[in-house]
Amino acid sequence: MLLELTEDQRAIEEVFGGFFRRECPITAVRAAEPLGFDAALWSRLAELGTPAMGLPEPAGGGGALLGDLAVVADAVGRSIAPVPFVEHAVAGRLLARFGALTDAVVAGDEIATLAVRPAPAGAGAWPLVPAGAVATVVVGLVGDDLVAVRGEGPGTTPRNHAAMPLADRTTAAPSVLASGAAAHAASAHALAEWQTLTAAALTGIARTALEIALRYVTERHQFDRPIGAFQALQQQLADLPIAIDGAFLLASKSAWAGDRKTPGVVDVGLCDVTDFETLASMAFLFASDAAALATDRSLHAHGGYGYAEEYDIQLFFRRARGWALVAGDPTKECLQLSDRLFGPAEA
Amino acid sequence: MDFALSPELETFRDEIRALVREVVTPEVTDRQHTSGTFNSYELNRALAERGYLERAVPGLGKGDPVELWLLFHELEKAGAPVDGISMALMIAGVVAHAGNDHQKNVVLPALLTGESLVSLGYSEPDSGSDVAAAATRAVRDGDEWVINGTKMWTTMAHEADWILLLTRTNLDVPKHKGLTMFILPMDTPGITFEPVHTMGTERTNATFYDDVRIGDEWRIGDVDGGWKVMGVALAFERGVMGGTGVGIPLLRHFHEWAAHETGADGRRLIDDPVVRERMARVAIDNEVAMLLTLRTAYLAATGALPGLEGSMCKIYATEAYQKAAKWFAHAAAPASLLQFHEPGAAADGWLEYDLRHSPVTTIYGGTSEINRNNVAERHLGLPKAR
Repeated sequence: MLLELTEDQRAIEEVFGGFFRRECPITAVRAAEPLGFDAALWSRLAELGTPAMGLPEPAGGGGALLGDLAVVADAVGRSIAPVPFVEHAVAGRLLARFGALTDAVVAGDEIATLAVRPAPAGAGAWPLVPAGAVATVVVGLVGDDLVAVRGEGPGTTPRNHAAMPLADRTTAAPSVLASGAAAHAASAHALAEWQTLTAAALTGIARTALEIALRYVTERHQFDRPIGAFQALQQQLADLPIAIDGAFLLASKSAWAGDRKTPGVVDVGLCDVTDFETLASMAFLFASDAAALATDRSLHAHGGYGYAEEYDIQLFFRRARGWALVAGDPTKECLQLSDRLFGPAEA
Repeated sequence: MDFALSPELETFRDEIRALVREVVTPEVTDRQHTSGTFNSYELNRALAERGYLERAVPGLGKGDPVELWLLFHELEKAGAPVDGISMALMIAGVVAHAGNDHQKNVVLPALLTGESLVSLGYSEPDSGSDVAAAATRAVRDGDEWVINGTKMWTTMAHEADWILLLTRTNLDVPKHKGLTMFILPMDTPGITFEPVHTMGTERTNATFYDDVRIGDEWRIGDVDGGWKVMGVALAFERGVMGGTGVGIPLLRHFHEWAAHETGADGRRLIDDPVVRERMARVAIDNEVAMLLTLRTAYLAATGALPGLEGSMCKIYATEAYQKAAKWFAHAAAPASLLQFHEPGAAADGWLEYDLRHSPVTTIYGGTSEINRNNVAERHLGLPKAR
């Protein structure tokens, strides 16, 4: 048992935390809107080998564990960096499973992404794919097939809440990676990886939202004292480290389960859950709520200024919602989780 | 990170589970609700016989806080009556940590038999959250101390052999610096008690101290150093030793009942999407509460005194429990209104019980507000607001 980062992970945290603080100040986040992609930042990340970090070593990757990638995702979230680190890592790992990785994806010269929601029957496209605006390879489910589709992204995005590089992407001219049960299993595993890393990124958002709030309530004076001295505000902010620590622990547990070679169990009656996909769903739902809560409380603590475009908290507020809701209705996710935990519902 | 239990801990867990199956019978869990005393000597004895009590106490035996967590986690999940033994072990830890040789020779072995309980004398009629304002006086008289005052919420006092007593010994210093802690036998002349019955069935007490004379050997920690002893006790109390896993049996009880209960629409309750969403959310809360508690134990195992982390998991777990109790009482209404042993009671009366029991959990052991104050001041570094 080890409930803290390993030495390696602390080193990763230091490297990437430092990288994003240096290379991705909040001005860069603002400058990347509305597309939500900073090509120069992505290139600098690629120079560090980051896009290949989680890919298998035989394919030219770094062989990093999901737990290591979660540390990077946390740093991405802290800086709300406009780079598709999570999507690329997950899609790359999925392509590697089927021997479909290209050197360009390994190097990050081409961006790969995951269609986190299957294409509706007969639609001919995956709607609002995360990183779809900038990705060259999209991997996702079409019916009972797991396919990869190549093509340039549009490079523009419909104006959206979180300034994410979203795009509808065609499912035409697919290369089939797997079919039937194998396709669904691989897709579910990849989605669990995406949920885990996104949970870590959302945790990072919550961390910075809290830091911003603490700075503001210490500086801002009303009634002749810092507003952070008022219990009404203190009590609201005191919930945030709890949500952050809970989200971090759950995302880390999910990553640990994903990295394990042995299958996990689900025994909800004894609160004994080590199944990866179940934990990923839990981690994603919980971190979504944690990031929403942290940005909500932090924005509120700013009073009217929190609502002003000039203040940074609104940037975090919008991403806390966008990065989560791109996967669809959380209530439906909850119902799927329920099926895993309690068995499927009878019609 | 690594969330796997070591093979040794897995074995320990399996042993506890086997013991629970053997000892924690429906009669044992039921008796706590009819007697109002959340304690089972059968269970305590069984734990003592196998050496688990000594093994789990902080600073004794193996003294591994993760084992301690595991012990209480398993007991609590089973719905076992653990309040008596958890207080006994917590105070055993305090004695091991801060006690003198006399206490280590007399009190500690008694507590480790599981037959001897202890009550916590912190709160008073006029001091609860402001616990450092305790007014119960201890005055030196030669080699002895004379104690006068009243304590509230002294749960188990009617069965306990010992009371841990927070007293005022110095009026000339700030309130935190004038406190001294004692652990004294409940049969010391001058101690009396009256029952206080509660909405949640559990019986507690008011205890009265009239010219109680005791020797200095019953003092624990330094004179005027009671606040420090209190900190040790609170760090053990919040989180690790039960109280944060209560949502687990609640979910299980509801789930088992809802799987066989058919609603007016002919559908099993468990197939209702609203109910399913809530069950999933409660399962997430249970997982988070468990991880926060485990983290507290883990930090303690690495030598830290995780009072703050304990505060955090107590806030989260108890508020989540209240929410779950409300949701499931709604989902099962009106059968959730029926109490234990009433025909048709939802989940054999557990839902009604949890609805009644849950309000106290955000009060005892430090209210949510006091715990949030701790987090705001000591973790977030915000100005002291009181």
